[in-house]
Amino acid sequence: MSAATTLDAAGAALWIRDLTIAYDTDRGPLETVRGVTLAIAPGEIFGLVGESGSGKTTLARAIVRYLPANGRVLAGSVRLDGTELLELSRAQMRRTWGARITMVHQDPNTAVNPSIMIGEQIAETVRVHLGLSRSRAAALALDMLAKVRISDPAAVARRFAHQLSGGQLQRVLIAIALSTNPRLLIMDEPTTALDVTTEAVILDLVRDLLAEYRTAVLYITHNLGVVARLGHRVAVMYAGELMEEGTVREVYKRTLHPYTLGLLGCVPRIDVDKRDIVLNTIPGLIPRADGLPPGCIFAPRCPGAEQACRDRRPPLQAAEENHRTACRRWQDLRRSPAPFTQKKRAYDREAAGDQTEVVLEAAHIRKYFPAWRVGLRELLRYGRPMVRAVDDISVRVRRSFTMGIVGESGCGKTTLARCIAGLEEATAGEMELEGERLPRTIARRSPAQLKKIQMVFQNPDASLNPQFSVGASVERPLAALGGLSRERIREKVRELFRAVNLPPDYIPRLPHELSGGEKQRVAIARAFATDPALMICDEPISSLDVSVQASLMNLLADLQDLQGTSYLFISHDLAAVRHLSDWIAVIYLGRLWEIGSAADVFSPPHHPYTEALLSALPVPDPDLARTGIRLHGEVPSAVHVPSGCRFHTRCPRKIGTICETQEPPWQEHGPWHRINCHIPVAELLRLQAKGGS
Amino acid sequence: MAAYLLRRLGFIVLTLLLASVVIFAATQLLPGDVAQVLLGQFATPTALANLRAELGLDRPAYLQYFDWLGRFVSGDWGDSLASRQPVLPLVLGRMRNSAMLALLALLFYVPVGIVLGVLAALNREKPLDQAISGLSMAFVGLPEFVSGLLLISAFAIGLSILPANSSIAPNTGFPQAFRFLVLPAITVSLTSLGYVARMTRATTIDVLKTDYVRAADLKGLPRGQVLRRHVLRNALLPTITVVAMGIGYLIGGLIVTEQVYGYPGLGRLLVYAIQRRDVVLVQACSMVVVAVYSLSNLVADILYAVLNPRIRYG
Repeated sequence: MSAATTLDAAGAALWIRDLTIAYDTDRGPLETVRGVTLAIAPGEIFGLVGESGSGKTTLARAIVRYLPANGRVLAGSVRLDGTELLELSRAQMRRTWGARITMVHQDPNTAVNPSIMIGEQIAETVRVHLGLSRSRAAALALDMLAKVRISDPAAVARRFAHQLSGGQLQRVLIAIALSTNPRLLIMDEPTTALDVTTEAVILDLVRDLLAEYRTAVLYITHNLGVVARLGHRVAVMYAGELMEEGTVREVYKRTLHPYTLGLLGCVPRIDVDKRDIVLNTIPGLIPRADGLPPGCIFAPRCPGAEQACRDRRPPLQAAEENHRTACRRWQDLRRSPAPFTQKKRAYDREAAGDQTEVVLEAAHIRKYFPAWRVGLRELLRYGRPMVRAVDDISVRVRRSFTMGIVGESGCGKTTLARCIAGLEEATAGEMELEGERLPRTIARRSPAQLKKIQMVFQNPDASLNPQFSVGASVERPLAALGGLSRERIREKVRELFRAVNLPPDYIPRLPHELSGGEKQRVAIARAFATDPALMICDEPISSLDVSVQASLMNLLADLQDLQGTSYLFISHDLAAVRHLSDWIAVIYLGRLWEIGSAADVFSPPHHPYTEALLSALPVPDPDLARTGIRLHGEVPSAVHVPSGCRFHTRCPRKIGTICETQEPPWQEHGPWHRINCHIPVAELLRLQAKGGS
Repeated sequence: MAAYLLRRLGFIVLTLLLASVVIFAATQLLPGDVAQVLLGQFATPTALANLRAELGLDRPAYLQYFDWLGRFVSGDWGDSLASRQPVLPLVLGRMRNSAMLALLALLFYVPVGIVLGVLAALNREKPLDQAISGLSMAFVGLPEFVSGLLLISAFAIGLSILPANSSIAPNTGFPQAFRFLVLPAITVSLTSLGYVARMTRATTIDVLKTDYVRAADLKGLPRGQVLRRHVLRNALLPTITVVAMGIGYLIGGLIVTEQVYGYPGLGRLLVYAIQRRDVVLVQACSMVVVAVYSLSNLVADILYAVLNPRIRYG
């Protein structure tokens, strides 16, 4: 028996048995969560992992009995410290909320009331539940702010939501959630909206705080890496049912379900790249609750499914100590996971070098925006203030290679991409495309140059016209730039759809009929329509599920292999950049800090900023859960950039006043690897080898 | 904030100047000039020319305008052409009456509209919501001369509890006037009541769906506290704008309503002045209406900024 089932209703903080939840729809009730059984011990962090549509948020909302009006619990039991929650009245439930169960949601920017001061939003909950006086509650609010490591709690308590950053707001919400010392804390994707470095700091905070409290935590996320860092146990949810459950080490290291294996294989790793492996993908789509297969719900997408799998639905059963799985072939899987392992593929490609011809040369690009809403006094002292979004960045992209650009939000990576694409006019700098001068704006570029640079945007919902069929969207660049006959255009559209693995019957469909991943395939097909020499991909996979991300990364790698296109691949996701890129440039506050081959950048010596990004990266392997260095404080304003080295205000390896007064020099390490730092390369190497990153 | 206020007041002065040009052009310069109006259709050309010279109508238009503007700003609003009385005290007296009526209407429709809107939002898609939404739709569509007559036939003629005619004497105090104000105030309120109720319903529904209201619920705060502190405060912000925009509509409604009830307000005075082609009076009334409208918008913006910490005017 596993821990979950041996933990009885009395001993567990949260105990759920056979919970089935349905939404009433026009076509009858839709059972989106079915027969979920789990238990969380006091003080335990329980990770619930699943892709979008798996029902994990519905489960959380049913536990707190806060389902939307058309949702209801059909069967099952939910007990908190032995009390059946499903039988409580609304009034009793309201006394439970905030006192015994608290919740932290995904987007901190919208979860804090915009018109009430921060301190009061903590104080009001402790006044209600702990019966504290106004002044005692206000004092406790300050204590809680200090506890979540907010500097200057007294000042922050008097601020409003719009005056704080996302990371600070999430700390405030954690402070509210822990202020009443609850029995259960439900966190629903609490770091998904944050930057990776902020996420790392918040995860450290949650782990440290929870060691102090005896609160049980249900941690819901799509990110396997986050659970590996934080969780004690984990359950994997798929299409409304639990597929596998156990300790993090068991589930990640001795996986007993092909879906979990698939998910783990979808995540790009930082020690290998596209030349070594093709990412695992999970073919097909997650089934809807009204179209479930009769047998195992994962069988239609499972490479190892047999007839018996399709005939009867296997229950979630205890396979080993502390480990349950819903796969009936778990013993076969344990013996040999071969049918599920990644196929090795070596792209016929040499390691990054400087042999091939240069496609794009962008030198000393700057983009300044006028800053809005500045005071008169400031204007008189500094003159017209400028947001220095991109401030002297040079990159070079070679034929059929990928230049990855990585940095946190607001670092200037998207502005740089838009300048190269000609969507923004660079304030200064020179660009050359295949040896020819490239004007700064689209309006002044020749049709041939327009054809050669194409772009894929982050959000396919916004980049595809909802009124046009997806075929028409792909046709547009062909008609506008191709000069082809109607027959030839139609043929070319079919070829492009085939190239991005979409069946031809998708051509007449409208964007809303497609899934997010399919829409992004259309966007990629559109970008390839003109046979571009350079494709700029601005966070093309960030808004998608991991399994969809993996298939798109494979597609991009395949197309590059086939067409010889060069990519400028922009992402905040280091693992994705590592997987696809031959070269990587690291950006912070509009400047380049490190550039080199992907392998160079990912092995010491690193620039301290790269080092921080790397140690913040959540890796889906509990043995690799590193501590490393952390970045604290906020990214400084791009209007008044710090003096000397711009990174000095947050640099954990700052060496002294030289960092504050002098711009750092470029240092070479190996033929192509360059680091912009005051610390000598040898010293960085020594520090980072010891730091164990 | 002080700089913002100064800038806004500057804009109001600019607005009034522009309005004065339009009003002056529309009244003084259009065909059928003042002299013709005063002397009637059968005046001799000599008499007309003499009067024009006397009134300065033979001078260039811009000189006439600056002359008029100078006198207007210095408080010399001239004499009514029709009644030969000074315009300023007449307009101020009628403005006081209209203000009494408008204030009573505001005190009625703003709170009632908000309460109805919130009730509808909290009972969304239920019978109460459907009743309130239907009713406010009807109110929005009903013109004052129809709703006024309906109210008169119900309360004045049918039930005989309120007067049908509200022609109060000049300088009647509010307590004495109250009986006469009730029906006109309700009449002029109905359209705005409908707008406020519908707007409040829509914004309350939006706020009820926000993450921070869900977070407040899941903090276990009492439902009343969640509604008061977390929902209403944020939901009422847009309503303030609707109320301020509605003041322009209120002035329009006053003109009709005062006519229906024979109430001696600014609207009735304006209609009277237009009927008599009393150019001087029309100019004065129009300028007052523009000023009231601009100032009420400014008050609304300031109120909005006070209640919304995200807006800090600099």
